[in-house]
Amino acid sequence: MGTKARNLFLIPYGFWIVFFVAAPLLMVLFYSFRDLDGGFTLANYANFFSSTYFQLAVSSFWYAFLITLFALLISYPTALILTKLKHKQLWLLLIIVPSWINLLLKVYAFLGIFGTYGPANALLEVMGIGERQLLFTDFSFVFVSVYIFIPFMILPIYNALDKLNPSLVDASRDLGASAFESFRQVIFPLTIDGVKAGCQLVFIPSLSLFMITRLIAGNQVITLGTAIEQHFLVTQDWGMGSVIAVFLILSMFVIMFLTGNRKWGLTNDKKA
Amino acid sequence: MTKKLKWSRIYLAVVFLILYAPIFYLMFYSFNSGENMYGFEGFTLDWYRAVFSDTRLLIIVLNTVIIALLSAVISTIIGVFGALAIMYVKQQRMKNTLLSLNNVLIVSPDVIIGASFLILFTIIGIRLGFTSVLLAHIAFSVPIVVIMVLPKLQEMSPTLIDAARDLGASRFEVLSKVVIPYITPGIFAGFFMALTYSLDDFAVTFFVTGNGFSTLSVEIYSLARQGISLQINALSTLIFFVTLALVIGYYFISKRSGGLVGMGVRK
Repeated sequence: MGTKARNLFLIPYGFWIVFFVAAPLLMVLFYSFRDLDGGFTLANYANFFSSTYFQLAVSSFWYAFLITLFALLISYPTALILTKLKHKQLWLLLIIVPSWINLLLKVYAFLGIFGTYGPANALLEVMGIGERQLLFTDFSFVFVSVYIFIPFMILPIYNALDKLNPSLVDASRDLGASAFESFRQVIFPLTIDGVKAGCQLVFIPSLSLFMITRLIAGNQVITLGTAIEQHFLVTQDWGMGSVIAVFLILSMFVIMFLTGNRKWGLTNDKKA
Repeated sequence: MTKKLKWSRIYLAVVFLILYAPIFYLMFYSFNSGENMYGFEGFTLDWYRAVFSDTRLLIIVLNTVIIALLSAVISTIIGVFGALAIMYVKQQRMKNTLLSLNNVLIVSPDVIIGASFLILFTIIGIRLGFTSVLLAHIAFSVPIVVIMVLPKLQEMSPTLIDAARDLGASRFEVLSKVVIPYITPGIFAGFFMALTYSLDDFAVTFFVTGNGFSTLSVEIYSLARQGISLQINALSTLIFFVTLALVIGYYFISKRSGGLVGMGVRK
């Protein structure tokens, strides 16, 4: 097909790229240099690197790290077991279904579960630990986030494990490797791409979940996402919000660079 | 071996239990005649009645569905154009650039998309409300459609187009009679994903919605911030079944088009 046809296709799509991809990002950058009166300033950046905001960023990264770690620890064995099942496609679908349910509803459920008289506390009572304040703590934030992200971690790892040639594992066992050794030396290295994709899928959104911190964690946890929401919608200080947004975007690029620039295992992973 | 198998079964059962327990917990208490998510007092359908007699809520549901359908249709059209454009670009570098730009909105955290769109709409003077929400939903659905359609285009053999041209088809006929029918499964998958992304979105909508306009997610958020109301439970049970119907529908569409095309998890 000729260039004319191509240009015709490019017009609406190009318009979309210019207006909804390039322009918004440039505007965030632009606003990060503006003060409340609309003048040019570097004060927002100076402010960001002063102690409070920097601490915020550090703690946000720490929580995201914890969430990613726990999600990985739970998901890898799950994915491994799933690939060995008979109707594995169906079971995988059942893992994915909860991720299709509105995020807010799942978060809301935990308001009841972690509540003072909820089942979590009842369980603690039975175990003899006794009633605790679970809601509005950092524990509940990490727990709910891990819960939300488990399917996001399982899917790419499952895809990687599913592609793994089983004869490689058999070979390592034949050569005398123990189950653990063949996992460490063969299975895990060959599926590391899935793990990286999963970590990307979990880590970056973990930095920006503001609704969970608002609903579940009270004001115990403030992530970069919470701070952005606060500045844009509550205090209306777009300049400061934009600086945090720029910082988040840059962190995102760094993380993607470190874990390899895949398309997040979102769709292209499994064409078959 | 059997012992190992047993442990793995138990592990998997626990994971499934944790994944589904909160959802069923919500659904269970939607039938509670009490006011809280503990201590089941008795069976009632009152909360469902409350949902169906809440005109404001029903309008919000309608808004959500209209936004989802409109944005899915429009973003599917733009996305198919985009996939064709990327396909027909000859230079590899240009192609990669377009693909990277395409993926920016997929990988960006929702708050970034929301905040940047808020600035954009405010600057160009679009009033926050229906229009801004619709535009935002179209914007973040386009790249998903592109990613669903592109693999279908890439697997299409170029000889198919050559043959059509040799047989005397015009450019338009090649497109409408050969290319589009071939990529239809991808288009459907893209449309469906766009639809569900839109129905499900909270964070982006939250940023660009004004005072007068609300979608279901935003409404649930503001209700949940006020604490537990079993009306949300009833609503969530209804949403759960609609979601389930959509997933099953999508499962069959994908099965017909050979495998789970892009059956992915969503942000």
